[in-house]
Amino acid sequence: MRTPGLSADPGTQDTNGGSDVLLEVRRLSKYFPLTSGILVQRVVGLIKAVDDVSFFIRRGETLGLVGESGSGKTTTGRCILQLDRPTSGEVFFEGQNLTTLDEAQVRPMRRRIQVIFQDPYSSLNPRMTIGQIVGEPLLVHDIVQGKEAYRERLRELLTVVGLNPAMADRFPHELSGGQRQRVGVARALSVNPSFIVCDEPVSALDVSIQAQIINLLEDLQAQFDLTYLFIAHDLSVVRHISDRVAVMYLGKIVEVADRRELYENPLHPYTKALLSAVPIPDPSVEAHRERVILKGEVPSSLNPPAGCVFHPRCPIAVPECSQVVPKLRELSPNHWAACIRAEGYDHSS
Amino acid sequence: MSTLLQVKGLRTHFFTMGGVVKAVDGVTYDVREGETVAVVGESGCGKSVSALSIMRLIPYPPGRIVGGEIWFAGRDLLKLNHEEMRQTRGKEIAMIFQEPMTSLNPALTIGRQLTETLEAHLEMSASDARVRAAELLRMVGITEPERRLTQYPHQFSGGMRQRVMIAMALSCNPKLILADEPTTALDVTIQAQILELMKELSQRFGVAMIIITHNLGVVARYADRVNVMYAGKVVEQGPARDIYHTPRHPYSLGLLRSVPRLDQPRKTKLDPIDGQPPDLANLPSGCSFMPRCKFAVEKCAHEVPPLTPVGTAQLSACWVADSLS
Repeated sequence: MRTPGLSADPGTQDTNGGSDVLLEVRRLSKYFPLTSGILVQRVVGLIKAVDDVSFFIRRGETLGLVGESGSGKTTTGRCILQLDRPTSGEVFFEGQNLTTLDEAQVRPMRRRIQVIFQDPYSSLNPRMTIGQIVGEPLLVHDIVQGKEAYRERLRELLTVVGLNPAMADRFPHELSGGQRQRVGVARALSVNPSFIVCDEPVSALDVSIQAQIINLLEDLQAQFDLTYLFIAHDLSVVRHISDRVAVMYLGKIVEVADRRELYENPLHPYTKALLSAVPIPDPSVEAHRERVILKGEVPSSLNPPAGCVFHPRCPIAVPECSQVVPKLRELSPNHWAACIRAEGYDHSS
Repeated sequence: MSTLLQVKGLRTHFFTMGGVVKAVDGVTYDVREGETVAVVGESGCGKSVSALSIMRLIPYPPGRIVGGEIWFAGRDLLKLNHEEMRQTRGKEIAMIFQEPMTSLNPALTIGRQLTETLEAHLEMSASDARVRAAELLRMVGITEPERRLTQYPHQFSGGMRQRVMIAMALSCNPKLILADEPTTALDVTIQAQILELMKELSQRFGVAMIIITHNLGVVARYADRVNVMYAGKVVEQGPARDIYHTPRHPYSLGLLRSVPRLDQPRKTKLDPIDGQPPDLANLPSGCSFMPRCKFAVEKCAHEVPPLTPVGTAQLSACWVADSLS
């Protein structure tokens, strides 16, 4: 059976996304050991932050990765960037398996894979000027030769993200949240990457500024032919920016589909609940809206429920759900869901 | 319904090295008994400071309430002495903060934190307070309340801690609850649980609520009336339905347009509000929103627009409010 991003036979070159796949994640897992003891650290448990996750991203597209806190979306991003080394599984970027590379071999790859972090307050060094922050990757990767070329490139980068080049001499604290996030974008762009992991790039920003940054990311994608993994918890924002969307819950992908299909015809009960919980800024709409309010809380990834991880909160769970780990199945073309009850389940309700 | 709280011309300023920060500069709104009023605005617009002013919890120095009146149940809260205010706070007006981890004392059990209020304000005996505390936890949907009372805040999840905060706020049967971003730190599915709980309990006990938020979506379902704040002032005020359907201030209009909506077809491009939020220590003369406003006219640069009625029930602080539609 086909799994998204996983070839029928791992030995063949044929993947689901076809030949234009830029990044492919195969059966990725990341477990963090939980230790106890002061002098002798004993491993007393494993936190399964990411558990057997597979997906692919095509060149030029944006894959949205949504989920609540603790669902493993950020860890997935960090494993792709090789900031966290996966426990098992593979990450192929342009056909090369990043997980087998050592630190020295990974470094040149970072010219092509960049990241934009969530918090523009803590991700910029307060003692460096904006110019130094954006320019540092140019020096590290030896991208420009000579002072004049360096300054010219810096001016170009700041202009392209909508900042005044004169801001190069300022420090992060002199900038507003939106301006700082523009600096984060300029820093990511400085090395001409082809792929950017955007980890909650707008969630720390004010509403009126969020739209500015989203528009900027979209313009840059078109201008520089970028591919994005867009990690976020805001489903409205993800729908706006993504071509395809993957939903994570407790370390697992529970549903993947094209944007339109996922939002119009969600198949997994978790996706449905998540969509119905998103508030809509219109009292008349809200007054007539049915909500699926999930019971309980997200369980700990230290001790995830047996069977389907969602079953304790699931409104349609049956006894079998606590025994069988549901596989991602292609229920309609390019629409995958990990739920044994996904079909024969009234979509309109 | 009679008016429970009336904030009139409130001005709270912070005297800093960088100048006087006019965090709240002439805010007027009221809350009727049992109703839910939203105060919406972005970071730094003064929405939290206006709530802290009602509770008289502005740290001095650097902050000070420099003008205005806050009428609550027939008294001006700003004229009460320290002891009278202490009696009101927590008992008649309760507050729920954004971050339930930092607003609970990590060194005390949940039980102690709940019974403390009951013993102080309602003069309950220790054993009565304990029974009432368990009852409060059950009311906010916490199972096994007797066991949970002996636990510490770190043993509760984010959503559960916020339930404890709600239980605490309700413990003395207040007339008014100020909720400052009560769900911002929570996940979407938990957010929905907490808001439904707050709505249900406020209706059951007839408590009025002020919900302070930056998210217009959150309050659409719950607020009866809305105040939109920008740069220390209320720029638009009115019934929720009117504000969402026919905003009469360019800022409210911009806020509503800038967020993508799940119930509408996807737009190819978002419609942001250009520019940056203002520096409160260095506000432009005239309307503070003018530098970012698409509708600005000559007059906006020189004269501060007052909050004036537009339409039947709305108020807007904009010189061109009549031409917005």
